[in-house]
Amino acid sequence: MSNYAIGERVQVRADYPLGHIRTPFYIRGATGLIVDSMGAFPNPEIAATTGTTTETQPLYRVRFSQKDAWADYSGGPRDTLDVEIYEHWLEPQSGATQ
Amino acid sequence: MSTHDHTHAHEHEHDHAKTFVPDEEESLGFYGIAEIAVRELLIEKGVLEAEEIRRALEWYDRATPAQGAAIVARAWSEPAFREKLLATPTEAVAEYGVNMGHVQLYVVEDSTELHNVIVCTLCSCYPRPLLGIPPDWYKSRGYRSRVVSEPRAVLAEFGTELPLDVEVRVHDSTADLRYLVLPTRPAGTDGWSQEQLAALVTRDVMIGVALPAA
Repeated sequence: MSNYAIGERVQVRADYPLGHIRTPFYIRGATGLIVDSMGAFPNPEIAATTGTTTETQPLYRVRFSQKDAWADYSGGPRDTLDVEIYEHWLEPQSGATQ
Repeated sequence: MSTHDHTHAHEHEHDHAKTFVPDEEESLGFYGIAEIAVRELLIEKGVLEAEEIRRALEWYDRATPAQGAAIVARAWSEPAFREKLLATPTEAVAEYGVNMGHVQLYVVEDSTELHNVIVCTLCSCYPRPLLGIPPDWYKSRGYRSRVVSEPRAVLAEFGTELPLDVEVRVHDSTADLRYLVLPTRPAGTDGWSQEQLAALVTRDVMIGVALPAA
């Protein structure tokens, strides 16, 4: 059911809807790498307001270079940030073929 | 509920710098009021009893960092258990009676080239069934906002300074996973028992803001 493979580059949707969104603001629009595929989980945007857990979304662990997350990052050059992101918040990286 | 009575006659010199300071917050915030209102309603309507709520809180308090420390010490001592803890962590901790509920445990392992640190920037997600209640600083806005953007500065404030060629990897616990850091076994601990090793593994070590030291 998962549409992205481990090792694939993805871009986080740069959207700002209201609601119970579990995709942090700071990472929206950033490009990262799928590092793990966790299976399907209830979509929190639906579950939080209706209590239903029937609609699920594949959940991924996506790795970002800190330099891609924060323009002024001043830590180590290899530092990374892993974020759990549901599939409907991901898009194939711009310009990449799929 | 008594308050200091200041209506008495001032017969002698007072040190007015010693003003009354309440020993607890006297005003409730929105969520404080909401918690009391919902709890009282549930009891009044017969949905829950106060005793059930007390027991549930006691259940949450049951888990402690000692539980996680024993698991880390075993992973350091038994290669087969380490493999299992990394591959199927939720099942591995279930052996210890830890029920992760509707979420999954995810174990991230440190190495000489990698240091892991955990945060939940959106709220306070934490492996509670395994480690108990998170420390207050873990839930603070300062930690949550800063550790993702300047992790090395935050780690240094905890006394943890890492060379720039060690990758610092921050895990933002945003959804259905809860994280445990499996640190590197310190040098000089050959032949130590699991009990001795577990004593090195503190709560902060398992969050990733500190390193175990022998």
